[in-house]
Amino acid sequence: MLINNEADIKSSEITSEQDYLNRRQFMKFSALATAGFVLKNNLLWAADDSEKYHRLNNVVTSRFSTSEEKNSWDDITTYNNFYEFGTAKDDPADNAHTLKPKPWKVEISGHCKKPGSYDVDDLIKQNQLEERIYRLRCVEAWSMVIPWVGIPLKSIIDRVEPTSKAKFIEMTTLYDPKQMPGQNSYVLQWPYVEGLRLDEASNPLTILAVGLYGRVLPNQNGAPIRLIVPWKYGFKSVKSIVSIKFVEKMPRNTWNIAAPHEYGFYANVNPGVDHPRWSQARERRLGEFFKRETLMFNGYGDQVAHMYKDLDLKKWF
Amino acid sequence: MRLIKIFIFFLSLFPTFYLVYGTFTDNLGANPIEKILHETGFWALIFLMITLSVTPLRKIKGLNKIINLRRMLGLFAFFYVVLHFLVYLGLDRLLDWDEIVKDITKRPYITVGFSAFLMLIPLAVTSTKGWMKKLGKRWQKLHRLIYVAGVLGVIHFWWLVKKDITDPLIFAIILTGLLGIRIYFALVKKKHLKV
Repeated sequence: MLINNEADIKSSEITSEQDYLNRRQFMKFSALATAGFVLKNNLLWAADDSEKYHRLNNVVTSRFSTSEEKNSWDDITTYNNFYEFGTAKDDPADNAHTLKPKPWKVEISGHCKKPGSYDVDDLIKQNQLEERIYRLRCVEAWSMVIPWVGIPLKSIIDRVEPTSKAKFIEMTTLYDPKQMPGQNSYVLQWPYVEGLRLDEASNPLTILAVGLYGRVLPNQNGAPIRLIVPWKYGFKSVKSIVSIKFVEKMPRNTWNIAAPHEYGFYANVNPGVDHPRWSQARERRLGEFFKRETLMFNGYGDQVAHMYKDLDLKKWF
Repeated sequence: MRLIKIFIFFLSLFPTFYLVYGTFTDNLGANPIEKILHETGFWALIFLMITLSVTPLRKIKGLNKIINLRRMLGLFAFFYVVLHFLVYLGLDRLLDWDEIVKDITKRPYITVGFSAFLMLIPLAVTSTKGWMKKLGKRWQKLHRLIYVAGVLGVIHFWWLVKKDITDPLIFAIILTGLLGIRIYFALVKKKHLKV
């Protein structure tokens, strides 16, 4: 007969009476400790990291700049729609470090007299860099005020001399899933393509931006070079451009291909034409509690309205 | 069981603490209102799924007792739906009733989301023991509305996203599983009765 004299429970495993009485406090403590840990690691991200980006020299101000209060570096660089790095607003800031914006070539092709592969630095250096503080209105009904640094797109158009056949210009983002991991997903058709009518592209408001807050463009904002058309919804302003092509026919842009009844080619900011799923009458300026009335052409009507006087903006949304 | 219940109660409140803390320390990103709106909606769906998984999980030996958690979990789902709705009314639409009425009547994703919210109200009201007794067998019938609310909630999420349907798809798969398992058990039961 086997007599087991060993205690079933080791004394070290028995909770002391004191600990037993303190169990609620222990639970409260663990809950708080867990909470503290999670908050510290998820919420308190690094503040302004603009120092990491080198300053651009010899930038002049522009008469097209707004005097409205600018959004912070942090707002502009952590809240981005750039699906090439993920579809959440904070994905690009987390993931865009894989992009190598230097060296960078832009292929200029199509109906122009001087096609070729241009280095970004070459493309820029002949021009005076300007700071353009523009309103940016996203099709999702939020907006920001952003101090871009760039050059008028027209200066590049003039340089490569489009022929009479050139009616539109088609711009394309880099396609390289290694550098842009979001391109491994089929959420949009890659590469991202956008287009403008040639007169829109030549409008003095249209710029190619290479900087932000006087510094080089962070990757998540479309480094090294991106389009800015401030009277159109943000998705028109294609990022990380590798190709500019002069074409005869209206190109189909990526969001239009993805959802033709929701996103048009023109995409002019228009409070009178709603998105099928939400109103465009008002917008939330990031950092503000109350919403603002959305302005026709995002407030740039004086400079651009004349281009659309014969166009039915309800049909050509 | 009581300790577990208290623990789960505080755990369930954690997303709320996270959002309140984030609001006061300005740590919810560039668009805090959108963040709060999306997070409360997300947690409402999570709690709906958790509530719906209680019954299937009870089939596993030893887990029968988790039925004691179901009411609390269901009420947390309702709590996050209410928060989500209040944030939408007060912070997102700023109590602009014209716009809100237009949203609910004209925008399908809001119509279905709002319907799901309405359906959960009677369930929350009749969640007490008293109502359970009063309604008897009809209680269970009434509370099957949660299946419809779950489906509408997932559709609401699906229709609102711009393009990336990954998250709503995950919810749809989970929900299909949870409802499918019920259909399966119902069929098995029927068969047994016949035999």
